[in-house]
Amino acid sequence: MRKFTTHAGVAAPLVRNNIDTDAIIPSVEMKRVSRHGLSDGMFAAWRYLDRENRVPNPDFVLNRERYQGASILLSGINFGCGSSREHAVWALAEYGIRVIIAVSFGVIFRSNCLANGILPISLPSELIEQILCYIDEDPQKHKLHIDLAKRTITATDDFIVHFDIGDSDADMLLNGLDPVDLTLRQDDQIRAFQQKDRLNRPWVYL
Amino acid sequence: MGKTLFDKLWDLHTVADLGDGEALLYIDRIFLHERTGSIALQSITGKNRHIRMPSHVFVTMDHIVDTFPGRGDDTLMPSGREFIETTRAEAKAAGIQLFDIGDKRQGIVHVISPELGIALPGLTLVCPDSHTCSLGGLGALAWGIGSTDAEHALTTGILRIRKPRNMRVTFTSELKPGVTAKDMILHLIGRFTAAGGNGHAVEFAGPAIDSLSVEARLTLCNMAVEFSAFTGLVAPDEKTIEFTRGRTYAPRGAAWKNAAAHWQSLISDADAHFDAELMIDCAEIKPSVTWGTSPQHTVSIDGCVPEPDEERDPVRRRAMIRALDYMGLKPGEPMKNIPVDAAFIGSCTNARLSDLRPAAEYLRGRHVAEAVRAVVVPGSTTVKAAAEAEGLDRIFTEAGFEWRESGCSMCFYAGGETFGLGKRVISTTNRNFEGRQGPGTRTHLASPLTVAASACTGKITEAGDVELAESTRPQGSAA
Ligand code: SF4
Repeated sequence: MRKFTTHAGVAAPLVRNNIDTDAIIPSVEMKRVSRHGLSDGMFAAWRYLDRENRVPNPDFVLNRERYQGASILLSGINFGCGSSREHAVWALAEYGIRVIIAVSFGVIFRSNCLANGILPISLPSELIEQILCYIDEDPQKHKLHIDLAKRTITATDDFIVHFDIGDSDADMLLNGLDPVDLTLRQDDQIRAFQQKDRLNRPWVYL
Repeated sequence: MGKTLFDKLWDLHTVADLGDGEALLYIDRIFLHERTGSIALQSITGKNRHIRMPSHVFVTMDHIVDTFPGRGDDTLMPSGREFIETTRAEAKAAGIQLFDIGDKRQGIVHVISPELGIALPGLTLVCPDSHTCSLGGLGALAWGIGSTDAEHALTTGILRIRKPRNMRVTFTSELKPGVTAKDMILHLIGRFTAAGGNGHAVEFAGPAIDSLSVEARLTLCNMAVEFSAFTGLVAPDEKTIEFTRGRTYAPRGAAWKNAAAHWQSLISDADAHFDAELMIDCAEIKPSVTWGTSPQHTVSIDGCVPEPDEERDPVRRRAMIRALDYMGLKPGEPMKNIPVDAAFIGSCTNARLSDLRPAAEYLRGRHVAEAVRAVVVPGSTTVKAAAEAEGLDRIFTEAGFEWRESGCSMCFYAGGETFGLGKRVISTTNRNFEGRQGPGTRTHLASPLTVAASACTGKITEAGDVELAESTRPQGSAA
């Protein structure tokens, strides 16, 4: 599991509501039974003028000079809604995205982020607007610094935004824990539950 | 204080309370499909881990397989064979039940899981597919997960989840004739937005829900994810219990009686607390149809394409303008004037027998408009066989529809089949996102009845209008 402690990077605005996972990685770009080789297809329908030949669309935010190397995305309500495909997160991670700041997230997408070392930060839209204003002048110079342990996004010394994230979600990211290993530590409890459950709900067991 | 249905299901499956609103939940059933399941299975093998309860895991081929008659492992999607072969090999190695191409039980995952009794009331069921919430229609606690969580559930039998809040949506009074569960859910999302259920498990209740068939409840809950809900739920009742009886994997004999008795306790207590409550009067619901690229872009079929200038929120206004551009529509245009190039009846939303019957009933003696390409894809091979036994396939083909093998088909675009660039499709599916049915393809979501009626006229049409017009026509005049 990939750890997340602190990160500093260029932020790019994709401020639309309901950006769905089909938009993040179109189905047709999921060509192999693999988690890799997906970043090229990320946002393909928006990012390329000619998708077949990968001709970049100069207007798409991540193709613009000023947002080169962006590793932080800023978005609106319900980012990552729609299909459960984890490929959306794999594509973003492979492209180099480490943090997504949005008003809210699709639930499945959010948990996929945590599983892949991407930090999902929820903030009210007014704060996102303020961050947008700040980076707009020069995104390459106006980088954002994120500190997960402190739960802060720092723009300048006098512009620091605090965010909330559950302790266990933060722990997973900070320590890069493998959720399977973590759960298997509770194996005794799982066995005990199952034993009792077999008596209570025998019809469940095939 | 009493508990909600969701609280009860949550408590029944809690292996450990982790505090901070999180718990380890016990997972009763896991369903996989060849598109995302293949990757989870492969990854488990790669890490030398094992599936904890192989007898509780099932896998189907639905997403990538072609739906043309006589299909095999080759697909129109260029690398489809790799997904199919990997899934088959991994399922075999893991010792889990596969419903393969050619199997009588094959079909769309969320259609076959209730059909086979794999999903049952009161069970937790997960699948790396967002429409798993459909099964809430049976009173199962079912939700979609990503591949990493699928791996987690497969190897540990457990998932670590933050508990969502409780929401109840009450549908009061009766549905008007010609209005279906699909119209109810579109109406809800249209009114309360595609993020309206965010962070909540949503129980659908009220007299209109009680009177829905179990299959209609599956349709309703199918689109809970389009409302951004964690899942949708309908409390199991007598109908649900009858629906379950005798299904392949459902309990039998004494076990069935015990199970049924337990299921009857799965209702929200009268004094249960809901964090949010919404009310919808069914008398207000008309057949509904989407105009844009989000399920919240819904209007009543006799309405018009909305005016972005009237939207005050700037982000939403921009989204509307963009959607109009993608859809090639102008504000103010009556929905019923919009011509369609294609009609699609299929998907886990609306391809069960109870969806095909009214569409076929409508199509009997009618024909699809000349320029319209119409396709019907049964939700499962079982549905297909049952429809053929009733002669529905003949009605569809005589009306000019293509009759297919079961699968997801053109519900989504995997790189294979599509209606084409700029084509406008009236579709019984659940997502009208940009490119969902193919690059540049424009999707209007609607009920099977609306799709059948629109296929015949070549423009968006309310079934009731045509029937009314026909019944006022003098006897013996040409149709
Ligand atoms: S029919 Fe469509 S929505 Fe349903 S599982 Fe298949 S692709 Fe997903």
